[in-house]
Amino acid sequence: MESNTPESTVQVLSTAAQLVVPRHADAGALWLSAAKLHELTGWQLKPEGLCKDDACVPLPKGEEPIIEAGRVCASRLWERLERPMLHDAARSVWFLGEDAKERARQLASLEAPDFTLPDIEGKLHSLSDFRGQKVLLATWASW
Amino acid sequence: MWQALFEELQDQGFMVVTVAMDSRGVDAVRGPIQRAKTTYTSLVDRDHVVAELYNMVNVPQAVWIDESGKIVRPTEVSGFQVSFNLRKVQRTRRRYLDAIRDWVEKGHESEHVFSEAEARDHLSPFTAEIALAHANFHLGRYLWERGDRSEAARFLCNAVELHPDSWNFFRQMKNLEHILGSGGPAFLLRARRRSKQGQAYYELPDMAMLRES
Repeated sequence: MESNTPESTVQVLSTAAQLVVPRHADAGALWLSAAKLHELTGWQLKPEGLCKDDACVPLPKGEEPIIEAGRVCASRLWERLERPMLHDAARSVWFLGEDAKERARQLASLEAPDFTLPDIEGKLHSLSDFRGQKVLLATWASW
Repeated sequence: MWQALFEELQDQGFMVVTVAMDSRGVDAVRGPIQRAKTTYTSLVDRDHVVAELYNMVNVPQAVWIDESGKIVRPTEVSGFQVSFNLRKVQRTRRRYLDAIRDWVEKGHESEHVFSEAEARDHLSPFTAEIALAHANFHLGRYLWERGDRSEAARFLCNAVELHPDSWNFFRQMKNLEHILGSGGPAFLLRARRRSKQGQAYYELPDMAMLRES
């Protein structure tokens, strides 16, 4: 049985989400359900490989398995795909990043990447809420 | 600073979405946003997610997005420049706002709207180093919020080293070290050094009307 003490869990962050998952017996590996991998990264496991929208990349081969008993070894997968990944073992935190080529492809498509962020009251807004209007997306900072 | 323009154009299908790149979160920006009495959409981005998605490196930068969600002017400095010539600074600013008015009025017929090929030509390359820099920044920001400041600093420094073009990362890191740290001597020294290497702090938008004197 898994208890939810901090010692038995790890934090997994991505650009899109932040999840707490059970720690694997091998602390150097990150195992996730396919649903959690999708929630974190937007990538979905399908028979043809790892897919997002219409694009799929075949699962890279290697000695050790990437999928076992319905779970994905996200750390192994990200390493073999050479995607940005960080692991702070002492703090039990992982970060799964998006592939640079995927970001570049997204920008070259000229489809404005969607995001969801809070206003100062904590209410969430998505860029896609404003479809149908011209949007000036402008950044600033207090510092 | 966008409020007057928004009030002028809001009945013409125009929205301003501002994003504050502020890892200290809502508390850092509540004051300025309330004082500006904004009625457009003001959002807060602790992890600089929008900078990652749109390959941004400084503030203020802006992107023009049409009604269908298509980028018609990718990331560029939103009409700001650093100069001792105040009239020049104001003129650049005024012309950038006029360009927005022209776009809102004429849509794709506006001379300031790029063709798809031109828009792609104005994208800066998104490299593997930039992707890894954002990962380091995100993790550093998270550890900073958890109160793990020295561990956070390690990742934030990695981000700055991996993506030296990002003033956002450098200044935000300095600001997390000390709330007044983003404009200190380290900033001035870095700005001078990069300027000697030909890296302008603000690159003007590529617009014909900004090239005319």
